[in-house]
Amino acid sequence: MPLRFEARAEASARMRYGSPLVAVLLTVAGGLVLFILLGRNPLHGFRVFFYDPVKDLYGVSELLLKATPLMLIATGLAVGFRANVWNIGAEGQFLMGAVAATGVALMFHDSTSMLVLPAMLVAGAIGGAAWAAIPAFLKTRCNTSEILVSLMLVYVAQFVVSWVVFGPWKDPQGFNFPQTVMFADSALLPVLIPGTRLTVAFLIAIAALVAGHFFMTRSYAGFQMQVTGQAEAAANYAGFSGPRTVWIGLVAGGALAGVAGMSEVAGPMGQLTDHASSGYGFAAIIVAFVGRLSALGIFFASLLMALLYMGGEQAQQHLNLPPAIGQVFQGMLLFFLLGADVFVNYRLRRSRAAP
Amino acid sequence: MTFAMDASLVTPIVSASIVAGTPLVIAALGELVTEKSGVLNLGVEGMMAIGAVTGFVAAQHSGSTIIGVLAAMVAGAASALAFAILVLDLTANQVASGLALAIFGVGLAAFAGKPYESVVLPPVRALPIPLLADIPLLGPALFDQQWLVYFSWALCAGVAWFLYRSRAGLVLRAVGESPASAHAVGYRVIRIRYFATMFGGAMAGIAGAFLSLFYTPMWSEGLVAGRGWIALALVVFGTWRPLRVLVGAYLFGGVLIAQLFVQGSGLPLEIPPQLLSSLPYIATVAVLVIISRNPNTIRLNSPVSLGQPYRPDA
Amino acid sequence: MTSRRAVIRTMGAALGAATLPFATVRRALAAEPVKVGFVYISPISDAGWTYQHDLGRKEMEKALAGKVQTKIVENVPEGPDAERVFRELAKDGHKLVFGTSFGYMNYMVKVAQQFPNNDFEHCTGYKTGKNLGIYNGRFYEGRYLCGIAAGRMTKSNVIGFVAAFPIPEVVMAINSFIRGARSVNPKAEMRVIWANTWYDPGKERAAAGTLVAQGADVLTHHTDSTAVAQAAEEKKVWVCAYHSNMAKYAPTRQLTASEEIWGGYYTKTVGRAIDGSWKPDHVWGGIRDGMIDIAPLNDAVPADAKAQIMKAREEIASGKLHPFAGPVVDQDGKARVAAGQTITDDALSKMDYYVEGVAGKLPKA
Repeated sequence: MPLRFEARAEASARMRYGSPLVAVLLTVAGGLVLFILLGRNPLHGFRVFFYDPVKDLYGVSELLLKATPLMLIATGLAVGFRANVWNIGAEGQFLMGAVAATGVALMFHDSTSMLVLPAMLVAGAIGGAAWAAIPAFLKTRCNTSEILVSLMLVYVAQFVVSWVVFGPWKDPQGFNFPQTVMFADSALLPVLIPGTRLTVAFLIAIAALVAGHFFMTRSYAGFQMQVTGQAEAAANYAGFSGPRTVWIGLVAGGALAGVAGMSEVAGPMGQLTDHASSGYGFAAIIVAFVGRLSALGIFFASLLMALLYMGGEQAQQHLNLPPAIGQVFQGMLLFFLLGADVFVNYRLRRSRAAP
Repeated sequence: MTFAMDASLVTPIVSASIVAGTPLVIAALGELVTEKSGVLNLGVEGMMAIGAVTGFVAAQHSGSTIIGVLAAMVAGAASALAFAILVLDLTANQVASGLALAIFGVGLAAFAGKPYESVVLPPVRALPIPLLADIPLLGPALFDQQWLVYFSWALCAGVAWFLYRSRAGLVLRAVGESPASAHAVGYRVIRIRYFATMFGGAMAGIAGAFLSLFYTPMWSEGLVAGRGWIALALVVFGTWRPLRVLVGAYLFGGVLIAQLFVQGSGLPLEIPPQLLSSLPYIATVAVLVIISRNPNTIRLNSPVSLGQPYRPDA
Repeated sequence: MTSRRAVIRTMGAALGAATLPFATVRRALAAEPVKVGFVYISPISDAGWTYQHDLGRKEMEKALAGKVQTKIVENVPEGPDAERVFRELAKDGHKLVFGTSFGYMNYMVKVAQQFPNNDFEHCTGYKTGKNLGIYNGRFYEGRYLCGIAAGRMTKSNVIGFVAAFPIPEVVMAINSFIRGARSVNPKAEMRVIWANTWYDPGKERAAAGTLVAQGADVLTHHTDSTAVAQAAEEKKVWVCAYHSNMAKYAPTRQLTASEEIWGGYYTKTVGRAIDGSWKPDHVWGGIRDGMIDIAPLNDAVPADAKAQIMKAREEIASGKLHPFAGPVVDQDGKARVAAGQTITDDALSKMDYYVEGVAGKLPKA
C-alpha cells in the first residue's frame, strides 16, 4: 500500500466541517451513477429528488414538519451518545410519549382549557422518559446492555399502542377500527403558517436544540458527560458518576422522543392510531450522527433527512422508481459521511514501506 | 382437546420452534464471531435482507438452492465488507455504521428485489435422517428437517470448537479482548477483524436465504421482519457462548410458537393478542437482566474491546 | 421518458379509433386524458389486497384507453405522510384520486376539503364529503361460499383461520366463513390465530403450521401474503385463499379463493369522472355488483358440493340468501339476529362477537 493513514496531532477543524460536504458530494456522485444505471436523466432525477419537494412554501413547511420530530429526538439522543450511552430505542419512547399525551387528550376531551396542551406536552415527555428509564435502571442496577433493552422495548411499545387503540381507547363511533377519537381543538397544537401543517412543535424543537447546545457546552453536568464519553477512566478518576451519566443520557433522549410523539398525535395525526410508528426514532439516530452530535449539525441533518424522505416520494410519483430509493439515498449518505470522517482524525500519507 | 398434556403436540411444537429459531441461530452465531473479535455490527437486519434477496434471485436463475445459499453468503459477506472498511480502516463509529448498514441493506434489498416479488420457487424438501427420525416424539421434530437446520447445528459446533479449541480461535478472542496486546505480539488485528466481520455477514446472508428459500419460499419487502435485531439480542442473551445462543434462539422460537398454539387450541382464554405477541421480547429483556445481574458471566464472556475502534499505527 | 406503456396506450387508442364512429373519435382524440391517482398501502406485489386494486386499475385503464392516464403511489403508510401524497396528486391535476386503505380516512377528508375541484374515493372508510365518496366490498359473501367448500371438504371438522387484527372486516370474515361451513356441516369448528400483523410471511406460516398440527385440515387467512397458501400446499391440507387467487402458490391444495374485483367499479367510477357525472356515493358491493367473487373451484371438490356452492352464489347475488340471515347466534348462545330477520348493514359493520362454531374468545383487549 503506497498510502496510509496517519493520526493527526489534533482533530482537524477544517475536516470536521469539510467531511459532511465530502459526503454530500459523494452521495450526489452515487446518485448520478444510480440514476444512469436506472436509465433516468440524472439532472431531472436530482431536480425531482432534491428541489421539487421544496419548490414552494407548502413544500418547505412540510419539510420542517417532517424534520421536527427528527430534530427533537436527535437532540435528546446526542446527549446520551456523547457519553457513550447507546439508546437505540427512541422509536419506543416516541410511541410511549404519544400514548401518554393521548391519555391526557382523551381525559380532557371536553375541556377547552389552555392547559390541556401543556399537560399533554409534559405527559409526552414523562411517557418517553419513563420508557427510557427502564433501560437506565437495568443498566445501572443490573449492568444490562441499554442497546438491547431499549431496542426490545420498541416492540413492546408497539404492542402497547396496538392494545390501547384496539381496546380501552378505541373510538366508540369508529366502527371498531383501531383508532381513538379525533382530538378536540384544545388538544391540537396551533399551526404556525396558516394553510400548512407546520405547528409550534417546530419552535419547541428549535428551543430543545438551543437548550441541548448549552447543556452540552456550558453546564457542568454536560461537561462530565463529555468526559465520560471520551475517557471513562479519567471520568472515574475525577469522581464523575457513571450511573448519573447513564440516567441523564437515557432520560434526556426518552423525554425528547416523548415530546416528538406528542407533537405527532397533537399535530399532523390529530388522534392515536396503530400506525403512529413511523420510524422517526431510528432515523433520528442517523440524524444525530450525520449532525456530529452538535446542535447546528442536527438542525441541518434533520432537514436533509426529511428532504430525502420527501424526495423518495417524489421519485416514486414522477420517476416511476420504487419508494425504497429514499432509503438507498439515506444509507449512502450516512455511509459516505462515516467514511469521510476518517479525515477528521487522520490524514493520508504516502508511506515508504508497507506497514 | 386438552392442550397442556397432549403428547401428540410435542412433535409439532418442538419442530416448529426449531424452524422458527433457525434463521436466528445462524445469524446470531455469525454475529457472535464478529463480536468476539471486538467488532459490533448492528447491521444484521440489513445483511439478512440482502442475503434473502440475493439467495432468492440466484436460486431462481440457477434452479439450485445450494447456489442460492452460496450467493446469499457472498452477498452477506460483501455487505459486511463495506461495513468493515468503514469501521476498521476508516475507524468510523460502529454503532452508527451498523445502523446505516441496517437501513441501507433493507432499502437496497427492497429496491433490487422489486422484479422478483411475483416469482414462486418450489419449497425445499425436508431431509429425514434415517433411524434418528424414527425416534418417537422428538425424532421427527429434530431429524426430519430441511438441510439448513442441520447446517445450523454443525455451525454451532464448529463455532464452539473454533473459539475454544483452535489456535485461530484463541487469537481471535485475544484480538477482541485486547487488540493492543495482540498487535504487540505480532497478530494482524485489523485483518483478523475483517475476517470475523465478513464471517458474520456471510452467516447473516445464509440466515436471510433460509427465510426466502426454506421458510417461506418467496421474496418480498418486509420478509426479514425484525429478525436481525432479535439475533443481536440473542448474542448477549447467550453471553457470547455458541450453545447458549442456540438454546436462546430455540427458546425465542418456542415462545412465539407456544403462543400460537395457545391461540390455536381454541380454549376460551381472554388474553389480548398484543400481550402474547410481546412475550418473546419481554422474555428476552428478563433473561438479559438475569444474565447481566451476575457481573462475572458478562465480564468473563463479553469481549472487552467490543465496539471500540482500534488502529495499530495510531 | 416515453415508456412502453405510453406507446401501448397510443396504439390502443388508435386501434379503438378504427372501430368507433368518426365523431366519437374526434372527441376522444381532442380531449385531454383525465388524470386519475391511486394510493396503495403496500407494494403491489403478486397477490393480496393491493394487487387486486392494481388489477382493477389496469382493467379500467384498458377499458378507457386513451381517455385516462393513471398514476400509482405504492407503499404509502397510514400516517401523516399520506396527506402529502394525496395533496400532491390533487395539486398535480388528478381529477379523481382513490385511496385504498382505511387509515387514509382522516387525511383524505382534510385534503378533499382543501381541493374542492378534485374528487376522492376512499376504500373501506366511513366518512364522506361533498367530493369524497366511499366504496367497499361485501367480502363476507365470498367468505360464505368458501366456507361451504371448506365445510364439505373437511374430514377433521376443524378449520383454521390466520387473522391479522380484530377489526370488523376480519371478524365478519371469520363468522361468515364458519356460517357457510356449518350450513353444510354442522360439526365444523373454527380455530383462529391472531398473528397481530398484516404482513409477516414467517409468522403467518408458523400460525398455519400450528393450526394444522392442532387438527385443522382446511386453512384460510386474512393476512396479506401468500404464506398460508404455500404452507397448505406443503402440509397437504386444503386452503381457501383470500384477496387473490393463489393457485400459483397452492396449485393442488387451493379449494377456491374469495377475491375482490375492482375493475368494473373503477371503470364505472372513472367513466363518470370523465363525463362529469361523478357524485360522492356510498357503495358496498358484493357478488351481485361483480365486486366480489370466488376463484374456480378445485377439481377435488365433488360435483354436488360444487352445485351447492354455485347455487348459494346465485342466491346471494339475487338477494335470496344472506350469510347473516337470522337466526344468528353468538358463541355464548345469545341470539344476535332473530329468525326471519336479516342483519342490518350497520350491525354488520360493527360486528364484535364470534358466532357459534368459532372456538376461543374474540380478543376485546
